[in-house]
Amino acid sequence: MVRIGLLYPDLLGTYGDGGNAAVLAARANARDMDAKVVPVTIGEALAPADIYLLGGGEDGPQRLACDLLRDAGFVERVHDGAHVLAVCAGLQILGTTFSIEGDASYPGLGLVDATTTRGPMRSVGDLATMASGRMMVGFENHGGVTVLGEGVSALGEVLVGRGNDGRVDGYRTSTMWATYAHGPVLAQNPWLADEVLSVVTGQELTPWPSVADSLYAQRCGSLSTRRSVVGRIARRH
Amino acid sequence: MNSTRTWRVRLAVQAVRMVNGLSRRLGRGAGTVVGGRIGLLFAPDLLHALSRERTIILVSGTNGKTTTAAMVRAGWDGDVAGNDTGANMLQGHVAALCASPARRVVLETDEAWLAMVVAATTPRVVVLLNLSRDQLDRANEVRQMALRWRACLAAETFDGVVVANAADPLVAFAAETARRIRWVDVPSSWRGDATSCPHCTRAIKFVEGHWSCVCGFAKPTDVSATLGDGFEIDGEAFVLDLALPGDFNRVNAAFALTALAQCEVVVAAALARVGALTTVEGRYGRRRFEQRTLRLLLAKNPAGTAALLESLDPADEVWIAINAQIADGRDPSWLYDVPFESLRGAHVVCLGERRLDLATRLLYAGVPCEVAEDLAVLRRGRGNVTLVANYTAFREWMGRTTPW
Ligand SMILES: [Zn+2]
Repeated sequence: MVRIGLLYPDLLGTYGDGGNAAVLAARANARDMDAKVVPVTIGEALAPADIYLLGGGEDGPQRLACDLLRDAGFVERVHDGAHVLAVCAGLQILGTTFSIEGDASYPGLGLVDATTTRGPMRSVGDLATMASGRMMVGFENHGGVTVLGEGVSALGEVLVGRGNDGRVDGYRTSTMWATYAHGPVLAQNPWLADEVLSVVTGQELTPWPSVADSLYAQRCGSLSTRRSVVGRIARRH
Repeated sequence: MNSTRTWRVRLAVQAVRMVNGLSRRLGRGAGTVVGGRIGLLFAPDLLHALSRERTIILVSGTNGKTTTAAMVRAGWDGDVAGNDTGANMLQGHVAALCASPARRVVLETDEAWLAMVVAATTPRVVVLLNLSRDQLDRANEVRQMALRWRACLAAETFDGVVVANAADPLVAFAAETARRIRWVDVPSSWRGDATSCPHCTRAIKFVEGHWSCVCGFAKPTDVSATLGDGFEIDGEAFVLDLALPGDFNRVNAAFALTALAQCEVVVAAALARVGALTTVEGRYGRRRFEQRTLRLLLAKNPAGTAALLESLDPADEVWIAINAQIADGRDPSWLYDVPFESLRGAHVVCLGERRLDLATRLLYAGVPCEVAEDLAVLRRGRGNVTLVANYTAFREWMGRTTPW
């Protein structure tokens, strides 16, 4: 049984982020694994889970979600081995500090050495990165600039869009995946969904072809033709 | 009225009429936006000048603006000006007021433009239907919108009547500081964007038709109108019998009637006229696609789409067409906020530029579907169809179909 904890969908879920939970559950079921999505809403105790999902959100709700997680013992859960997939505001919350309306520097949960400040402008548009040799596609909408500490690995190198700082996007630790790509990043990147599921369950997964692969191929194809991508891919080789 | 207008305004009005007339003759659509834009170049205060001595109702909100505005227009009777092509920003309003000298005006107003249009037109009534996420890649956050509404409708700046949805906490937040408020209580199932309090960000609790926060912010109780099985306004009850389908259109009608009641319109007479509406800008009515019968519905965001899904005829095939042009919002991730699970068992066809995004969403909702790569497949079928489309996809399908 894979337990998928969907954290505060009532606060963090501005961009269809709840879809990531549905994707993980469906892909587990397709491999004959039981999966259960456990939403944790404001005022509820933090249910145990194998992987927690954190989505994007607006400033006030982001601050509240951070405080609730601090009080709920979320950090201890992660230290005890729970996995986390964090998107946008979620990415910022797990870090050291973030900056939101009314607070130039608000303390995050400190699970990762990642500091977020407010950038000069919002980044709104397609985001594509190269993550462990594969293209990751998504959509970003945020105003944060995130700087990773010494030794923290990014999730991918930016091909299109901004991600953390225009060069890299998100971060990857042994138990955490974080990205600025909201809008069911796992729905758009079935390979990433399977990577997460495989790490969380400790099992090799058999391929499960579906229309999601066609979507992924189409998005990669359309984003690869952007001039910036062609240039960056050429420089890599 | 003309005597009070400056030569600049008169010149601007002539320019708008000329450009829009020309644009129509050239077949470039209704041309309302381009004409309006040119008029504003001549006279930046054009909307203000054109609004003088008219009784204006503004209708804003995330969902239901066009239909509610059409209901106000139908219910008012007589000559009513309005931006009926859905051009709901400044240029469209200017064009609408240039096109008609009618004293009664209803303007559907884009949420982000409300403050500017309120300031320019000094409306008698502002209707606030609802506020939920819509194209966040363009308009950013919905709470910011509620704050801007609140500022432009506060007692210090606005003297008219605000007809506001008491069931929607974000609307209640936007309206509560207005001088004169007419709260309308309507059934609502969508609360995805208002679970955290706009005053204090703590949780809003929804219990049996009421909502409240520990900080004291709560659903207004002094309501003027209530929609239940029937419609009650100022203690008088009416049977709400509409030709238009769906519970969401009953909600729209409740707001339209409450707004009209502020303009000395007899509710019973208005209701009879609103009830007779069968189609609004091509929506809801039956249309022909080759040998097939289609009903077109416009769905742009999660709350609106969820409401449409509840009103589907179970016998119909369901075609869903999704694009991601600028007018649609470039990011179709909102599909994951729509409870598509309710489509299980229906015959569903995915269309539009982002049909693979839609088909993937349906895969994860456990809804089997067909992806139509070309229209030939669709022509062959027989059954009646409900076609749910977002903005630019809807326009394409209006072009492909004709009224029955
Ligand atoms: Zn509160």
